[in-house]
Amino acid sequence: MSEPLVAAPHLHGTAVDAWAVVEGAGLTALGVAAALYAIALWTSRRRSPWPLRRSACWFAGLACAALAIGPIARAAHESLTAHMAGHLLLGMVAPLLLVLGAPVTLALRALPIDEARALSRLLRRPPVRWLTHPVVAGLINVGGLWLLYGSASDEDGLFALMHGSAFVQAVVHLHVLLAGYLFTASLVGRDPDPHRAPLGVRAAVLLAFIALHSMLAKWLFAHPPVGFDPVDAQAGAQLMYYGGDVVDVTLLVLLGLGWFAATRPRARAARPVAAA
Amino acid sequence: MTSADARPTPGRVERSTTDRRLVLSGALFGAGIAASVVDLFVLHLLLQWHHFYDLSTTEVALAADGLFHAVAWGMTVAGLFLLADARRCGAVPWGRWTGAVLAGLGGFQLLDALVNHKLLGIHQVRYDVDLLPYDLAGSAAIVLLAGLVVLWRTRHRA
Repeated sequence: MSEPLVAAPHLHGTAVDAWAVVEGAGLTALGVAAALYAIALWTSRRRSPWPLRRSACWFAGLACAALAIGPIARAAHESLTAHMAGHLLLGMVAPLLLVLGAPVTLALRALPIDEARALSRLLRRPPVRWLTHPVVAGLINVGGLWLLYGSASDEDGLFALMHGSAFVQAVVHLHVLLAGYLFTASLVGRDPDPHRAPLGVRAAVLLAFIALHSMLAKWLFAHPPVGFDPVDAQAGAQLMYYGGDVVDVTLLVLLGLGWFAATRPRARAARPVAAA
Repeated sequence: MTSADARPTPGRVERSTTDRRLVLSGALFGAGIAASVVDLFVLHLLLQWHHFYDLSTTEVALAADGLFHAVAWGMTVAGLFLLADARRCGAVPWGRWTGAVLAGLGGFQLLDALVNHKLLGIHQVRYDVDLLPYDLAGSAAIVLLAGLVVLWRTRHRA
Protein backbone atom coordinates (compact mmCIF):
# COMPACT_ATOMS: atom_id res chain seq x y z
CA MET A 1 0.00 0.00 0.00
CA SER A 2 1.61 3.19 -1.22
CA GLU A 3 -1.18 5.48 -0.05
CA PRO A 4 -0.94 6.44 3.62
CA LEU A 5 -3.69 4.89 5.70
CA VAL A 6 -6.47 7.29 6.58
CA ALA A 7 -6.09 7.71 10.28
CA ALA A 8 -9.13 7.91 12.52
CA PRO A 9 -9.53 11.46 13.91
CA HIS A 10 -8.44 10.47 17.38
CA LEU A 11 -5.09 9.23 16.16
CA HIS A 12 -3.94 12.66 14.92
CA GLY A 13 -1.02 14.25 16.74
CA THR A 14 -2.49 16.52 19.38
CA ALA A 15 -5.95 14.91 19.29
CA VAL A 16 -4.59 11.64 20.62
CA ASP A 17 -3.94 13.44 23.89
CA ALA A 18 -7.53 14.66 24.15
CA TRP A 19 -8.98 11.13 23.94
CA ALA A 20 -6.41 9.75 26.36
CA VAL A 21 -6.92 12.65 28.79
CA VAL A 22 -10.71 12.23 28.74
CA GLU A 23 -10.42 8.48 29.30
CA GLY A 24 -7.87 8.98 32.08
CA ALA A 25 -10.02 11.61 33.79
CA GLY A 26 -13.09 9.36 33.64
CA LEU A 27 -11.25 6.35 35.04
CA THR A 28 -9.73 8.52 37.78
CA ALA A 29 -13.19 9.79 38.78
CA LEU A 30 -14.41 6.19 39.01
CA GLY A 31 -11.35 5.32 41.09
CA VAL A 32 -12.15 8.20 43.45
CA ALA A 33 -15.74 6.93 43.77
CA ALA A 34 -14.40 3.48 44.69
CA ALA A 35 -11.96 4.96 47.22
CA LEU A 36 -14.64 7.15 48.85
CA TYR A 37 -16.91 4.14 49.28
CA ALA A 38 -14.05 2.12 50.78
CA ILE A 39 -13.17 4.97 53.18
CA ALA A 40 -16.83 5.26 54.23
CA LEU A 41 -16.93 1.51 54.85
CA TRP A 42 -13.80 1.82 57.02
CA THR A 43 -15.07 4.86 58.93
CA SER A 44 -18.41 3.22 59.77
CA ARG A 45 -16.96 -0.23 60.55
CA ARG A 46 -18.03 -0.06 64.22
CA ARG A 47 -21.70 0.40 63.33
CA SER A 48 -24.14 -2.39 62.44
CA PRO A 49 -22.75 -4.67 59.71
CA TRP A 50 -23.05 -3.29 56.17
CA PRO A 51 -24.51 -5.90 53.78
CA LEU A 52 -21.77 -7.32 51.58
CA ARG A 53 -24.03 -7.37 48.53
CA ARG A 54 -24.30 -3.57 48.66
CA SER A 55 -20.53 -3.15 48.50
CA ALA A 56 -20.34 -5.80 45.77
CA CYS A 57 -22.99 -3.92 43.74
CA TRP A 58 -21.18 -0.59 44.10
CA PHE A 59 -17.78 -1.88 42.98
CA ALA A 60 -19.32 -3.98 40.19
CA GLY A 61 -21.18 -0.89 39.00
CA LEU A 62 -17.97 1.14 38.88
CA ALA A 63 -16.26 -1.72 37.02
CA CYS A 64 -19.06 -1.73 34.41
CA ALA A 65 -18.70 2.03 33.96
CA ALA A 66 -14.91 1.71 33.64
CA LEU A 67 -15.32 -1.00 31.00
CA ALA A 68 -17.74 1.23 29.10
CA ILE A 69 -15.61 4.39 29.03
CA GLY A 70 -12.31 2.55 28.59
CA PRO A 71 -11.88 -0.35 26.13
CA ILE A 72 -15.47 -0.42 24.85
CA ALA A 73 -15.50 3.33 24.10
CA ARG A 74 -12.34 2.88 22.02
CA ALA A 75 -13.89 0.00 20.06
CA ALA A 76 -17.09 2.05 19.62
CA HIS A 77 -15.40 4.30 17.06
CA GLU A 78 -15.64 1.52 14.49
CA SER A 79 -18.53 -0.60 15.71
CA LEU A 80 -22.09 0.31 16.68
CA THR A 81 -22.42 -3.04 18.45
CA ALA A 82 -19.57 -2.04 20.75
CA HIS A 83 -21.15 1.41 21.16
CA MET A 84 -24.41 -0.24 22.24
CA ALA A 85 -22.67 -2.61 24.65
CA GLY A 86 -21.07 0.49 26.18
CA HIS A 87 -24.39 2.35 26.26
CA LEU A 88 -26.15 -0.52 28.04
CA LEU A 89 -23.31 -0.87 30.56
CA LEU A 90 -22.91 2.84 31.26
CA GLY A 91 -26.55 3.96 31.05
CA MET A 92 -28.43 0.99 32.50
CA VAL A 93 -26.34 -1.74 34.17
CA ALA A 94 -23.85 0.49 36.00
CA PRO A 95 -26.54 2.91 37.33
CA LEU A 96 -28.65 0.00 38.61
CA LEU A 97 -25.67 -1.57 40.41
CA LEU A 98 -24.59 1.79 41.82
CA VAL A 99 -28.12 2.49 43.11
CA LEU A 100 -28.20 -0.96 44.76
CA GLY A 101 -24.92 0.01 46.46
CA ALA A 102 -26.91 2.59 48.51
CA PRO A 103 -24.12 5.21 48.59
CA VAL A 104 -26.20 7.89 50.38
CA THR A 105 -27.10 5.52 53.21
CA LEU A 106 -23.44 4.63 53.60
CA ALA A 107 -22.42 8.31 53.57
CA LEU A 108 -24.99 9.10 56.28
CA ARG A 109 -23.49 6.32 58.42
CA ALA A 110 -19.92 7.37 57.86
CA LEU A 111 -20.18 11.16 58.20
CA PRO A 112 -20.01 12.93 61.58
CA ILE A 113 -23.47 13.82 62.84
CA ASP A 114 -23.44 17.50 61.79
CA GLU A 115 -22.23 16.75 58.27
CA ALA A 116 -24.74 13.90 57.97
CA ARG A 117 -27.52 16.30 58.93
CA ALA A 118 -26.28 18.83 56.39
CA LEU A 119 -26.30 16.13 53.71
CA SER A 120 -29.81 15.02 54.54
CA ARG A 121 -30.96 18.68 54.54
CA LEU A 122 -29.35 19.11 51.13
CA LEU A 123 -31.12 16.04 49.77
CA ARG A 124 -34.47 17.39 50.99
CA ARG A 125 -34.12 20.71 49.17
CA PRO A 126 -36.63 21.44 46.37
CA PRO A 127 -34.16 21.20 43.44
CA VAL A 128 -33.03 17.73 44.52
CA ARG A 129 -36.62 16.74 45.15
CA TRP A 130 -37.50 17.87 41.64
CA LEU A 131 -34.58 16.11 39.99
CA THR A 132 -35.33 12.83 41.71
CA HIS A 133 -38.98 12.79 40.67
CA PRO A 134 -39.45 9.85 38.25
CA VAL A 135 -41.08 12.01 35.56
CA VAL A 136 -38.27 14.61 35.58
CA ALA A 137 -35.51 12.00 35.84
CA GLY A 138 -37.17 9.99 33.07
CA LEU A 139 -37.36 13.04 30.79
CA ILE A 140 -33.70 13.86 31.41
CA ASN A 141 -32.75 10.27 30.64
CA VAL A 142 -34.93 9.75 27.56
CA GLY A 143 -34.29 13.29 26.28
CA GLY A 144 -30.56 12.63 26.15
CA LEU A 145 -31.07 9.29 24.39
CA TRP A 146 -33.44 10.88 21.91
CA LEU A 147 -30.98 13.67 21.06
CA LEU A 148 -28.21 11.11 20.65
CA TYR A 149 -29.88 8.33 18.68
CA GLY A 150 -32.56 10.38 16.97
CA SER A 151 -29.73 12.25 15.25
CA ALA A 152 -27.66 9.14 14.53
CA SER A 153 -28.19 9.19 10.76
CA ASP A 154 -27.43 12.93 10.63
CA GLU A 155 -24.03 14.02 9.32
CA ASP A 156 -23.68 16.74 11.97
CA GLY A 157 -25.95 15.41 14.68
CA LEU A 158 -24.92 14.81 18.27
CA PHE A 159 -24.09 11.19 17.52
CA ALA A 160 -21.56 12.09 14.81
CA LEU A 161 -20.23 14.91 16.98
CA MET A 162 -19.70 12.49 19.86
CA HIS A 163 -17.63 10.15 17.72
CA GLY A 164 -15.51 13.04 16.45
CA SER A 165 -14.75 14.94 19.64
CA ALA A 166 -13.29 13.67 22.88
CA PHE A 167 -14.89 16.50 24.84
CA VAL A 168 -18.40 15.87 23.50
CA GLN A 169 -17.98 12.17 24.17
CA ALA A 170 -16.98 12.88 27.76
CA VAL A 171 -20.06 15.09 28.27
CA VAL A 172 -22.35 12.46 26.71
CA HIS A 173 -20.86 9.69 28.85
CA LEU A 174 -21.20 11.76 32.01
CA HIS A 175 -24.82 12.60 31.14
CA VAL A 176 -25.69 8.98 30.34
CA LEU A 177 -24.27 7.68 33.63
CA LEU A 178 -25.72 10.43 35.86
CA ALA A 179 -29.12 10.49 34.14
CA GLY A 180 -29.24 6.69 34.37
CA TYR A 181 -28.44 6.84 38.08
CA LEU A 182 -31.03 9.55 38.76
CA PHE A 183 -33.68 7.63 36.83
CA THR A 184 -32.96 4.26 38.46
CA ALA A 185 -32.80 5.84 41.93
CA SER A 186 -36.16 7.55 41.41
CA LEU A 187 -37.74 4.18 40.54
CA VAL A 188 -36.12 1.56 42.77
CA GLY A 189 -33.72 3.58 44.95
CA ARG A 190 -32.47 1.91 48.11
CA ASP A 191 -31.42 5.16 49.77
CA PRO A 192 -33.83 7.07 52.03
CA ASP A 193 -36.16 9.19 49.91
CA PRO A 194 -38.63 11.25 51.92
CA HIS A 195 -40.62 12.13 48.81
CA ARG A 196 -40.66 8.86 46.88
CA ALA A 197 -43.30 8.95 44.17
CA PRO A 198 -46.27 6.57 44.49
CA LEU A 199 -45.89 3.09 42.99
CA GLY A 200 -48.37 3.84 40.20
CA VAL A 201 -46.37 6.85 39.00
CA ARG A 202 -43.11 4.91 39.11
CA ALA A 203 -44.62 1.95 37.23
CA ALA A 204 -46.12 4.23 34.55
CA VAL A 205 -42.80 6.06 34.06
CA LEU A 206 -40.91 2.78 33.79
CA LEU A 207 -43.37 1.40 31.22
CA ALA A 208 -43.11 4.61 29.18
CA PHE A 209 -39.32 4.33 29.33
CA ILE A 210 -39.38 0.70 28.15
CA ALA A 211 -41.64 1.67 25.26
CA LEU A 212 -39.45 4.62 24.21
CA HIS A 213 -36.24 2.61 24.54
CA SER A 214 -37.57 -0.15 22.30
CA MET A 215 -38.87 2.43 19.80
CA LEU A 216 -35.44 4.08 19.66
CA ALA A 217 -33.76 0.70 19.11
CA LYS A 218 -36.04 -0.01 16.16
CA TRP A 219 -35.59 3.51 14.83
CA LEU A 220 -31.85 2.96 14.89
CA PHE A 221 -32.33 -0.37 13.14
CA ALA A 222 -34.13 1.41 10.31
CA HIS A 223 -31.85 4.48 10.23
CA PRO A 224 -28.29 3.23 10.79
CA PRO A 225 -25.71 5.95 11.58
CA VAL A 226 -23.48 7.18 8.78
CA GLY A 227 -20.03 5.65 8.68
CA PHE A 228 -21.00 2.34 10.25
CA ASP A 229 -21.34 -1.01 8.55
CA PRO A 230 -25.13 -1.61 8.12
CA VAL A 231 -24.91 -5.22 9.33
CA ASP A 232 -23.01 -4.12 12.43
CA ALA A 233 -25.47 -1.25 12.94
CA GLN A 234 -28.45 -3.63 12.86
CA ALA A 235 -26.73 -5.99 15.28
CA GLY A 236 -26.13 -3.00 17.56
CA ALA A 237 -29.78 -1.93 17.39
CA GLN A 238 -30.92 -5.45 18.29
CA LEU A 239 -28.46 -5.53 21.18
CA MET A 240 -30.00 -2.27 22.41
CA TYR A 241 -33.49 -3.80 22.14
CA TYR A 242 -32.90 -7.16 23.82
CA GLY A 243 -30.21 -5.99 26.24
CA GLY A 244 -32.44 -3.11 27.28
CA ASP A 245 -35.22 -5.63 27.93
CA VAL A 246 -33.06 -7.60 30.35
CA VAL A 247 -32.35 -4.53 32.48
CA ASP A 248 -35.94 -3.24 32.13
CA VAL A 249 -37.42 -6.51 33.36
CA THR A 250 -34.97 -6.47 36.28
CA LEU A 251 -36.25 -2.97 37.14
CA LEU A 252 -39.86 -4.19 36.90
CA VAL A 253 -39.06 -7.07 39.26
CA LEU A 254 -37.35 -4.72 41.75
CA LEU A 255 -40.40 -2.44 41.62
CA GLY A 256 -42.63 -5.48 42.24
CA LEU A 257 -40.45 -6.63 45.15
CA GLY A 258 -40.88 -3.21 46.75
CA TRP A 259 -44.66 -3.53 46.46
CA PHE A 260 -44.53 -7.13 47.72
CA ALA A 261 -42.59 -6.13 50.85
CA ALA A 262 -44.75 -3.05 51.50
CA THR A 263 -48.04 -4.98 51.32
CA ARG A 264 -46.89 -7.82 53.58
CA PRO A 265 -49.86 -9.02 55.69
CA ARG A 266 -49.82 -7.54 59.16
CA ALA A 267 -49.88 -10.88 61.00
CA ARG A 268 -46.55 -11.89 59.54
CA ALA A 269 -45.02 -8.42 59.74
CA ALA A 270 -45.68 -8.41 63.49
CA ARG A 271 -43.29 -11.33 63.97
CA PRO A 272 -39.83 -9.79 63.64
CA VAL A 273 -38.07 -13.16 63.94
CA ALA A 274 -39.69 -14.43 60.75
CA ALA A 275 -38.73 -11.26 58.90
CA ALA A 276 -35.05 -11.69 59.73
CA MET B 1 -54.33 0.86 58.63
CA THR B 2 -54.56 0.27 54.91
CA SER B 3 -53.65 -3.40 55.14
CA ALA B 4 -56.46 -3.86 57.64
CA ASP B 5 -58.86 -2.20 55.19
CA ALA B 6 -57.66 -4.35 52.31
CA ARG B 7 -57.91 -7.58 54.28
CA PRO B 8 -61.09 -7.55 56.35
CA THR B 9 -62.13 -10.36 58.69
CA PRO B 10 -62.64 -13.75 57.03
CA GLY B 11 -65.91 -14.01 55.23
CA ARG B 12 -67.56 -13.65 51.90
CA VAL B 13 -66.16 -10.18 51.13
CA GLU B 14 -62.54 -11.18 51.64
CA ARG B 15 -62.94 -14.34 49.61
CA SER B 16 -64.33 -12.49 46.63
CA THR B 17 -61.53 -9.88 46.81
CA THR B 18 -58.90 -12.61 46.97
CA ASP B 19 -60.58 -14.43 44.10
CA ARG B 20 -60.73 -11.31 41.96
CA ARG B 21 -57.03 -10.76 42.59
CA LEU B 22 -56.27 -14.37 41.67
CA VAL B 23 -58.19 -14.17 38.40
CA LEU B 24 -56.56 -10.82 37.63
CA SER B 25 -53.16 -12.36 38.34
CA GLY B 26 -53.78 -15.25 35.94
CA ALA B 27 -55.24 -13.03 33.22
CA LEU B 28 -52.36 -10.53 33.44
CA PHE B 29 -49.76 -13.30 33.41
CA GLY B 30 -51.43 -15.08 30.49
CA ALA B 31 -51.77 -11.90 28.44
CA GLY B 32 -48.25 -10.85 29.37
CA ILE B 33 -46.56 -14.07 28.30
CA ALA B 34 -48.67 -14.17 25.14
CA ALA B 35 -47.23 -10.80 24.15
CA SER B 36 -43.72 -11.01 25.58
CA VAL B 37 -42.49 -14.56 25.93
CA VAL B 38 -44.47 -16.30 23.19
CA ASP B 39 -43.88 -13.51 20.71
CA LEU B 40 -40.20 -13.10 21.55
CA PHE B 41 -38.98 -16.62 22.08
CA VAL B 42 -41.29 -18.66 19.90
CA LEU B 43 -42.02 -16.40 16.94
CA HIS B 44 -38.80 -14.35 16.79
CA LEU B 45 -36.04 -16.57 18.04
CA LEU B 46 -37.19 -20.17 17.65
CA LEU B 47 -39.30 -20.19 14.51
CA GLN B 48 -38.00 -16.90 13.07
CA TRP B 49 -41.30 -16.43 11.30
CA HIS B 50 -41.01 -12.70 11.43
CA HIS B 51 -38.19 -10.36 12.14
CA PHE B 52 -38.46 -8.11 15.15
CA TYR B 53 -38.85 -5.15 12.85
CA ASP B 54 -39.94 -4.63 9.26
CA LEU B 55 -38.45 -1.75 7.40
CA SER B 56 -41.93 -0.99 6.06
CA THR B 57 -43.31 -0.28 9.53
CA THR B 58 -44.93 3.15 9.86
CA GLU B 59 -44.07 5.44 12.75
CA VAL B 60 -47.50 5.09 14.34
CA ALA B 61 -47.18 1.32 14.25
CA LEU B 62 -43.69 1.59 15.70
CA ALA B 63 -44.99 3.62 18.64
CA ALA B 64 -47.91 1.23 19.17
CA ASP B 65 -45.57 -1.75 19.07
CA GLY B 66 -43.26 -0.14 21.64
CA LEU B 67 -46.19 0.45 24.00
CA PHE B 68 -47.46 -3.11 23.51
CA HIS B 69 -43.99 -4.36 24.29
CA ALA B 70 -43.68 -2.36 27.53
CA VAL B 71 -47.17 -3.22 28.73
CA ALA B 72 -46.54 -6.91 27.98
CA TRP B 73 -43.53 -7.08 30.29
CA GLY B 74 -45.38 -5.04 32.91
CA MET B 75 -48.35 -7.43 32.85
CA THR B 76 -46.13 -10.53 33.09
CA VAL B 77 -44.28 -9.25 36.16
CA ALA B 78 -47.40 -7.78 37.80
CA GLY B 79 -49.28 -11.07 37.27
CA LEU B 80 -46.52 -13.07 38.95
CA PHE B 81 -46.35 -10.71 41.95
CA LEU B 82 -50.13 -10.87 42.38
CA LEU B 83 -49.82 -14.67 42.35
CA ALA B 84 -47.09 -14.52 44.99
CA ASP B 85 -49.38 -12.26 47.03
CA ALA B 86 -52.27 -14.73 46.67
CA ARG B 87 -49.99 -17.56 47.80
CA ARG B 88 -48.93 -15.84 51.00
CA CYS B 89 -52.59 -15.08 51.80
CA GLY B 90 -53.61 -18.76 51.60
CA ALA B 91 -53.89 -21.81 49.37
CA VAL B 92 -54.11 -21.02 45.66
CA PRO B 93 -56.78 -22.85 43.62
CA TRP B 94 -54.41 -23.72 40.79
CA GLY B 95 -57.12 -24.94 38.41
CA ARG B 96 -58.87 -21.60 38.58
CA TRP B 97 -55.61 -19.73 38.14
CA THR B 98 -54.77 -21.84 35.08
CA GLY B 99 -58.17 -21.00 33.63
CA ALA B 100 -57.47 -17.30 34.09
CA VAL B 101 -54.05 -17.73 32.41
CA LEU B 102 -55.67 -19.43 29.40
CA ALA B 103 -58.30 -16.70 29.15
CA GLY B 104 -55.64 -13.99 29.30
CA LEU B 105 -53.40 -15.76 26.78
CA GLY B 106 -56.19 -16.37 24.29
CA GLY B 107 -57.74 -12.96 24.82
CA PHE B 108 -54.51 -11.08 24.23
CA GLN B 109 -53.53 -13.20 21.24
CA LEU B 110 -56.95 -12.54 19.70
CA LEU B 111 -56.64 -8.81 20.34
CA ASP B 112 -53.10 -8.83 18.95
CA ALA B 113 -54.18 -10.69 15.82
CA LEU B 114 -57.05 -8.30 15.20
CA VAL B 115 -55.56 -4.93 16.21
CA ASN B 116 -51.84 -5.27 15.62
CA HIS B 117 -51.82 -7.37 12.49
CA LYS B 118 -55.06 -6.48 10.78
CA LEU B 119 -55.83 -2.89 11.80
CA LEU B 120 -52.34 -1.44 12.16
CA GLY B 121 -50.61 -3.92 9.88
CA ILE B 122 -47.39 -3.84 11.91
CA HIS B 123 -46.08 -7.09 10.54
CA GLN B 124 -47.40 -10.34 9.21
CA VAL B 125 -47.18 -13.36 11.45
CA ARG B 126 -45.65 -15.36 8.63
CA TYR B 127 -44.84 -14.12 5.19
CA ASP B 128 -45.26 -17.09 2.92
CA VAL B 129 -48.64 -18.22 4.27
CA ASP B 130 -51.53 -15.81 3.97
CA LEU B 131 -54.17 -17.73 5.85
CA LEU B 132 -52.19 -18.13 9.04
CA PRO B 133 -53.28 -14.95 10.85
CA TYR B 134 -56.85 -16.22 10.64
CA ASP B 135 -55.82 -19.65 11.93
CA LEU B 136 -54.02 -17.96 14.79
CA ALA B 137 -57.03 -15.79 15.60
CA GLY B 138 -59.19 -18.94 15.52
CA SER B 139 -56.94 -20.92 17.86
CA ALA B 140 -56.64 -17.86 20.13
CA ALA B 141 -60.44 -17.75 20.35
CA ILE B 142 -60.51 -21.45 21.29
CA VAL B 143 -57.92 -20.91 24.06
CA LEU B 144 -59.91 -17.92 25.33
CA LEU B 145 -63.11 -20.00 25.36
CA ALA B 146 -61.39 -22.89 27.16
CA GLY B 147 -60.13 -20.49 29.81
CA LEU B 148 -63.58 -18.95 30.29
CA VAL B 149 -65.14 -22.42 30.63
CA VAL B 150 -62.61 -23.38 33.32
CA LEU B 151 -63.27 -20.09 35.15
CA TRP B 152 -67.02 -20.69 35.01
CA ARG B 153 -66.76 -24.28 36.26
CA THR B 154 -64.49 -23.35 39.19
CA ARG B 155 -66.50 -20.27 40.23
CA HIS B 156 -67.95 -21.94 43.38
CA ARG B 157 -64.60 -23.21 44.60
CA ALA B 158 -63.20 -19.68 44.71
